[in-house]
Amino acid sequence: MEVNIWIFLLLNALKVIVVTVLLLMCVAYTVLLERKVVGRIQNRWGPSRVGPFGLLQPLCDGLKLFLKEDLMPLSVERPLYILAPIIALSCALISISMVPFGPDITFHGVQIFQISDVNIGLLILLGVASVGVYGIALAGWSSNNKYSLLGALRSSAQIVSYELSLGLSLVGVILLSQSFRLRDIVDRQSAHGLLSWNIVGGFQFVAFFIYLISAYAEANRAPFDMPEAETELTAGYHTEYSSMKFAMFFMAEYANMITISCVATLLFLGGWSSPFGNLLPDGGPVVQSLLGVFWFAAKVFFFLFLFVWVRGTLPRIRYDQLMGFGWKFLLPLAILNIVATSLWLALRGT
Amino acid sequence: MHLVLFFIFGGLCVAGALNLLLQRHPINSALSLIVVMSSLAVLYLLLGAEFLAAAQVIVYSGAIMVLFTFVIMLLNAGREERTHGSKAAYLVGFPGAAALLALLVYVFLSYREQLGGVVLGEYLVTTSDLSRVLFHELLLPFEVTSVLILVAILGAVALARKEQ
Amino acid sequence: MVPTSYYLILSAILFTIGVAAFLIKRNIITVFMSIELMLNAVNLSFVAFAHQWHQVSGQIFVFFVMVVAAAEAAVGLAIIIAIFRTRNTLNVDEIDLMKL
Repeated sequence: MEVNIWIFLLLNALKVIVVTVLLLMCVAYTVLLERKVVGRIQNRWGPSRVGPFGLLQPLCDGLKLFLKEDLMPLSVERPLYILAPIIALSCALISISMVPFGPDITFHGVQIFQISDVNIGLLILLGVASVGVYGIALAGWSSNNKYSLLGALRSSAQIVSYELSLGLSLVGVILLSQSFRLRDIVDRQSAHGLLSWNIVGGFQFVAFFIYLISAYAEANRAPFDMPEAETELTAGYHTEYSSMKFAMFFMAEYANMITISCVATLLFLGGWSSPFGNLLPDGGPVVQSLLGVFWFAAKVFFFLFLFVWVRGTLPRIRYDQLMGFGWKFLLPLAILNIVATSLWLALRGT
Repeated sequence: MHLVLFFIFGGLCVAGALNLLLQRHPINSALSLIVVMSSLAVLYLLLGAEFLAAAQVIVYSGAIMVLFTFVIMLLNAGREERTHGSKAAYLVGFPGAAALLALLVYVFLSYREQLGGVVLGEYLVTTSDLSRVLFHELLLPFEVTSVLILVAILGAVALARKEQ
Repeated sequence: MVPTSYYLILSAILFTIGVAAFLIKRNIITVFMSIELMLNAVNLSFVAFAHQWHQVSGQIFVFFVMVVAAAEAAVGLAIIIAIFRTRNTLNVDEIDLMKL
């Protein structure tokens, strides 16, 4: 089919803008969700004054951060100090471009529910995530502050260590689907609804938990929020940051959470496929695609809720425990999972 | 299109490498090396090596260079100072390097007719092509590298640990 | 279409800058980084030749170079940490092991 290049470019630009705005909105409302749920867990209300149920709170937060004075301490390494939050946020925003949100529907040669569909999508996600470390490392180093430096050192060691078990936990899924393309991975899981999801039908529940735990460590979320442990390091790597630069780190953390939830959904919970398989009546292509996006959003919401729930429940663990857990427990377990999955595949004879 | 992409990312590579040479602080050099490596990943994509492009970003930019920045931060390495040694290196280094460059460019330009060109999307090595060769014909070297990595890990731990 | 020789010349330029940095830099970490730059330059020419002759083995070679570079970086940086611990300097001129 001949595709008009200008329509193609226009539609793609539109798609990028829509997805970015949606992602930033999701970030804002994930913050609200966190404040509300953590509030309820700690037996208080959380934000409830601005708008109905505090729904306008994120707007006010954003405005407040935007209007605050942008302090620049005198002893910082200026270029790197400014560069660090930009690296963190852009890496967090780029990775969403690989994520497919719904079924494969094209309009004028442009896929509606995905920004870019590439063969090595999963690898690019991993790569972009691993480049995101520099944001934190440089922020800590350029701040010229001992707490920031300690936070940055901790975080780079933590992220590099947990990246190993994160990557290895995905190998089982890749062995099953024989592709790095996220669409292929989802398509393989959509045959029989819930039963063919990788977490159930692919026997990848061990990998799922390894992924979840190491992803929490990658995103510096509780109980692994060592890099910014308030009680020991004031605020870790972003102690010296204020106003918009602080907001950029903040948004990067929540955007990473959303990407992690999307990847967990795609790899282990069947992406946009319905848990009921073909049992539900087929309501035509439009209903099917909207339903797909609904299931995807529901699963992602579940993971985001889990993030908040874990943060509200579990205490922070000690740093040596964290490293020991990553290297001595998660990594061997991930390797065992790979061996078990490949043995199973070999015996089944695919 | 291809030529434009090549010149953008090739230019980024050269600019990053020159910056590595000219900066006096190791962390700036490390950052410019990251720029070089990431733009090389794009060039690999242009050459149809998609798995290598991803591996370049994950292994080089994401792991090796993180290790470098980690060590620079850990040792709190400052700006380097000029010494008498550097003067000798300037005298020998620049002419030597220029001669090497001239030789290589001459060789490549004299063979440019035989070499042909790169057309985008004409030759693509997928991950399965790569793994088929790696796990059939080259299985033994692959296994040997795993031993190498194990030895490297043990060596690194033994070297870096504090003596009792 | 981009001639393959452009890629090779780019690789030559990067390699030369790596050599120059290796000779001129005085900080041992930067010297080590220029070795990585040279390895990367050679990798680019491997990939370019792999595309030229439609051979997968060129890319396999790059894969092995990456593995070796990772191992080298781990051991090399451990050595640098050990050196810094005993001598308290990163300047290559002062790390001539014969005299302490």
